Amino acid sequence: MRLIGKQEIEDIAIGAALLGTGGGGDPYIGKLMALQAIEENGPIKLLSVDEVPDDALVVPSAMMGAPTVMIEKIPSGEEAIGAFKALQTYMGKEIYATMPIEAGGVNSLLPFVLAAQLGLPVIDADGMGRAFPELQMVTFYLDGVSATPMVLADEKGNNTVLNTINNVWAERIARSATIEMGGSVMLSIYPMDGKTVKQSAIHNILQLEEKIGQTIREAKLNNYDAVSEVLKLTNGYTLFKGKVTDIDRKTETGFARGIATIEGMENYQNEELYLKFQNEHLLAETKEKTLCMTPDLIAVLDSDTGMPITTEGLRYGARCVVVGLPCDAKWRTEKGIEATGPRYFGYDIDFVPVEELINKGEE
Amino acid sequence: MTSYRIGIDVGGTHTDAVVLDEAYNVIAETKTPTSADVSSGIYNALKEVVASSNVPARDIDYAMLGTTHCTNAIVERKRLNKIAVIRIGAPATLAIKPLVGVPEDLKAILGKHMYIVRGGHEFDGREIIELDESDIYRIANEVKGKVDSIAVTSVFSPVTNEHEQRTSEILQEVLGDEVAISLSSEIGNVGLLERENATILNAAIVNVARTTANGFVNALKEEGIHAKVFFGQNDGTLMSVEYTVRYPILTIACGPTNSLRGASYLTNISDALVIDVGGTTTDIGVLTNSFPRQSSLAVEIGGVRTNFRMPDIMSVGLGGGTIIQLDEDNTFQIGPGSVGYRLTEEALIFGGNTLTTTDIVVALGKADLGDASRVSHLDTDLLEKIYAKMVNRLEEALDKMKTSAEPIPVILVGGGSILLPDTLKGASEVICPNNFGVANAIGSAISQVSGQIEKIFSMDELGRDKTIEKAKNMAQEEAIIAGADPDDLVIVDLEDVPLAYLTGNATRIRVKAAGSLKKTTLA
Repeated sequence: MRLIGKQEIEDIAIGAALLGTGGGGDPYIGKLMALQAIEENGPIKLLSVDEVPDDALVVPSAMMGAPTVMIEKIPSGEEAIGAFKALQTYMGKEIYATMPIEAGGVNSLLPFVLAAQLGLPVIDADGMGRAFPELQMVTFYLDGVSATPMVLADEKGNNTVLNTINNVWAERIARSATIEMGGSVMLSIYPMDGKTVKQSAIHNILQLEEKIGQTIREAKLNNYDAVSEVLKLTNGYTLFKGKVTDIDRKTETGFARGIATIEGMENYQNEELYLKFQNEHLLAETKEKTLCMTPDLIAVLDSDTGMPITTEGLRYGARCVVVGLPCDAKWRTEKGIEATGPRYFGYDIDFVPVEELINKGEE
Repeated sequence: MTSYRIGIDVGGTHTDAVVLDEAYNVIAETKTPTSADVSSGIYNALKEVVASSNVPARDIDYAMLGTTHCTNAIVERKRLNKIAVIRIGAPATLAIKPLVGVPEDLKAILGKHMYIVRGGHEFDGREIIELDESDIYRIANEVKGKVDSIAVTSVFSPVTNEHEQRTSEILQEVLGDEVAISLSSEIGNVGLLERENATILNAAIVNVARTTANGFVNALKEEGIHAKVFFGQNDGTLMSVEYTVRYPILTIACGPTNSLRGASYLTNISDALVIDVGGTTTDIGVLTNSFPRQSSLAVEIGGVRTNFRMPDIMSVGLGGGTIIQLDEDNTFQIGPGSVGYRLTEEALIFGGNTLTTTDIVVALGKADLGDASRVSHLDTDLLEKIYAKMVNRLEEALDKMKTSAEPIPVILVGGGSILLPDTLKGASEVICPNNFGVANAIGSAISQVSGQIEKIFSMDELGRDKTIEKAKNMAQEEAIIAGADPDDLVIVDLEDVPLAYLTGNATRIRVKAAGSLKKTTLA
């Protein structure tokens, strides 16, 4: 058990933006919410997965909807509590702890807000090891855990309990309800026992986010190269260096899809990288070869500061380093690739791990 | 009878003034030191430029001022209004209170009367809940006599500002015209906290703006000038005095903006990088269609994160007054200190005791200024090394602001541009126009009037092309209301960003239109 205070939250926010791979929403709002919650309720307990009893009920907490709505309609803080309590009542069992469902962006931090308010611990684990756009894209799903019963709650006090035949239906129904409820809601979802968390979740991910954040923050102070330190922490690779010269965005079926073109600099002069995204970065390729693809992680970092850049923050002229990080082994299984691989997102290629793509290039 | 205009720009070091004729020819220009109180420097510049122009005072019809008064007030935390902050958003938004993340010293001044009231809208314009009008009445009575101005921010007011408008009506009903009201929908974009911060800063500097405006009008009157007065704003266009006093925050970055506009006008180039070398800093901006490229990210002012329209400017701590520290072993350090506006007293060539960047260029014979014999003792090799490093630092900054590897034209302006050579890495050409020293004052004088809108549209209703057309028309309407000539309008900025996860193709569109001042509105 560790206590999480304000500095830890600041660091986790930076790490979360990186593992958010461009999506997951700007962690800024989640960070300020967590800081206010700590100010009002004191530091938050963080448990490692081993500390969770096998029979304890664990319920991840997450936000669903448009990050752009959330930066305008800031949550009340009551939504998550409403969702949590409604699910507890529905299940008729005390909830032991909460945890993030994704390691990226705003959703890394929101469970801390809930935990601070209720005096519950947060578990150092998540269901993605990164950010993905759909509710069924979690490692729990790979192990057959049901997303439902789940509860969606808004700031007005409305909540909805969902029971669905599978997790894809949960995604569909929840998304329409979210729009009706104002475009941004809080979820209590994937209720599990401690044993399932141990088996299905990705462990120690908050700790990794904190270390990434700390590294980037300290790099700025001590003048060392943040990017290479981060790659050491994550076993990642530099894919490209350059500046953004074009961003082509369109909204399709409720998602911000697009392609960013990055013109090479330094060792990558006279090359162009195309970054394809659907909220998150999914594919990085040049004219000749693919460099990294989902479910491996692609992140864009500011060349100067090493700070992660979101897809919404990508802009003409931004100077950046594009990095590729291997995803958790759970995603590289057949079912994992089927759920989150390039073909799921409509790219007509087979998944090849980033380390193979990079090494092939060097031979 | 010819009609003349005066343009004045207040910088950190110098206050520049020009008199232009109808065809925008420069009749007179002057550069005076910026005074500690800013205002007396403006009056000196005004007196000097009018006297040297030999233009009859009655023929001066317009006067444009770009000033740092408001910026200084925020940075120095001085002369700020007593304010109240009203956020319309409960039960949403309670998880982050107003001014969270703002520096403590500023919070202590501005956070004395903060309220979160029930109300606000959803992204699609539906009410979240009804506005709690009785609460607004209660707050109005509570702050009566205690505050000078009130910042009002409502959730999704960029989509619909109904609740902000209604709140403003109630506040006026109770408090009369004595208390200034700042509405967030008039100031910032989507992003509640940043827009609220900008609105709070705006409310805090209303009196500074009013005093500045009144002072300027009176100073003109004392010179017998009865001109129509405008203030420069961040986007390179003009505001009336009335609008400036309501929305002073929009003047905060007019200095660099004026330089960019002036540079464009003097060279007749619409797309270029502009380097404005001042006494303390060098500002680099990008001209796109003759207007400054706007920053799409949150911009910090005095440590406060805001999101209103600001030019994308990179400021490098290197100017004509930057101090060079020489150590005994012939190593050196450029800056970060600067003698600023005391350059003409402290630099070696002016008889002072401080080695500055200006001394370096004079010693190398690259500029003829002051008394060169006072720097003739310096070692030429060392001077060359220092000079190369100065230039290199600016070349690096220039490269970061560029949008492609293609060389592009670079325009040098500002009093310190003698610091730079006539070729620069990454530049297709380096142009230093006539009157470069007062480009900012010229930019202030030739500004146009603009209108801007930013709203969330549903693309499904009209389709993309028609929606954008509609947004353009709305921006043009705004420009016309602000005084632009309907026959001379151009769209100078258009940005559309789809909102993730929402159906109906909800898209945020920002459009800005600008045009020259309509003659009849100036009569």
